[in-house]
Amino acid sequence: MANVLVWTVWVIAAFSCLASGIAVVSFSNPFFSALALIGNLASLAVLYLLLSAEFVAAGQVLVYAGAVMVMFLFVTAYLGGRADAPWAGGPSWQQFGAVLAAGAILVEVIVVIGLKAGGRLSHEARIDSGFGSPHRIGRVFLTDHLLAFEITSIVLLVAAVGSVILGAHSRRSETTGELVHNEEARART
Amino acid sequence: MRGPDVAWYLAVAAFLFATGALGVLLRRSPLIVLLSLEIMLNGANLALIAFSRLHGESSGQIFALAVMAVAASEVVVGLGLIVAIAQKRLDLDVDKLSFLRG
Repeated sequence: MANVLVWTVWVIAAFSCLASGIAVVSFSNPFFSALALIGNLASLAVLYLLLSAEFVAAGQVLVYAGAVMVMFLFVTAYLGGRADAPWAGGPSWQQFGAVLAAGAILVEVIVVIGLKAGGRLSHEARIDSGFGSPHRIGRVFLTDHLLAFEITSIVLLVAAVGSVILGAHSRRSETTGELVHNEEARART
Repeated sequence: MRGPDVAWYLAVAAFLFATGALGVLLRRSPLIVLLSLEIMLNGANLALIAFSRLHGESSGQIFALAVMAVAASEVVVGLGLIVAIAQKRLDLDVDKLSFLRG
C-alpha cells in the first residue's frame, strides 16, 4: 500500500515537473514562463523529499521559489512582458539545430548513464532516519566541506557587489546617453 | 516503503536538462534564456541528490546546496545585466545583442 502511495506521488511530481519545464520553454510571455518555473521548482522539491533530502527541499522552496523567483517576477514586470513567440516565422535552420542539439544531449546523457551505471542503480544504500536532516547537513558542511562553505559565501558577496555596480553604472551611462541624444537632436535642428 | 529506483530520477533529470538546453538554444528573450538555465541547473541538482541517495552519502546534497547558491548569484548578475541593457533602450533579443561595446 505504501509502495503504491510513493509511486503515485512520484508520478504526479515527475510529470508536473516535466510539463512545467516544457511550459517554461514554450510560453511566449516571460511572466508566464516565470510562473511555470515556480511550479517546476515546487515539484522538484517533492522529488527531493522522496529522495530523503529534506533540508535541500526546504532550501529549494525558500531560496528558489521564495527569493529568486520574486526577483525574476519583479524584473519581468519592470521590463514589461514582451511577447516572443518561440516558433514565430516558421521553423528555421537555427531552430532545427536547437531541437537536434537538445535531443542529442538527452540521448547522450541517458546512454552514458545506462552504460556506466545501468546495473548498479537499483541497489540503494541503507540510510538512517537522520540522512538529509539539517543537523547532518550542517555537521558535514562545517567539518568536511568548510572550504566550499566559505567559497560559497564569497561567491554570493561578489555577486551582490557586482550587481550593485552594474546597476549604478547603467544609471550613470543612461544619463550621459540622454545628454548625447539631446546634443544630437540639437545638432539636427 | 520502496519507491521508484534512482534510474527513474536520473531519467527525469536528463529530460529536465535537455528541456533547459532546448530553451537556451531556441529562445531569443534573455529572460527566458535565464529561466531555461535555471531548469538545466535544477536537472543537474536532481541528479546530484539522486546519486547522493544511491550511495547514502551527504556530500551530494552539499554540492546541490552550493549549486543553488551559484544559481542565485548567476540570476542576480544576469538580471542586473538585462536591466542595464533595457535602460540603454536596446532590443531584448539575444540574436541582436552581438556587440560588447557599451
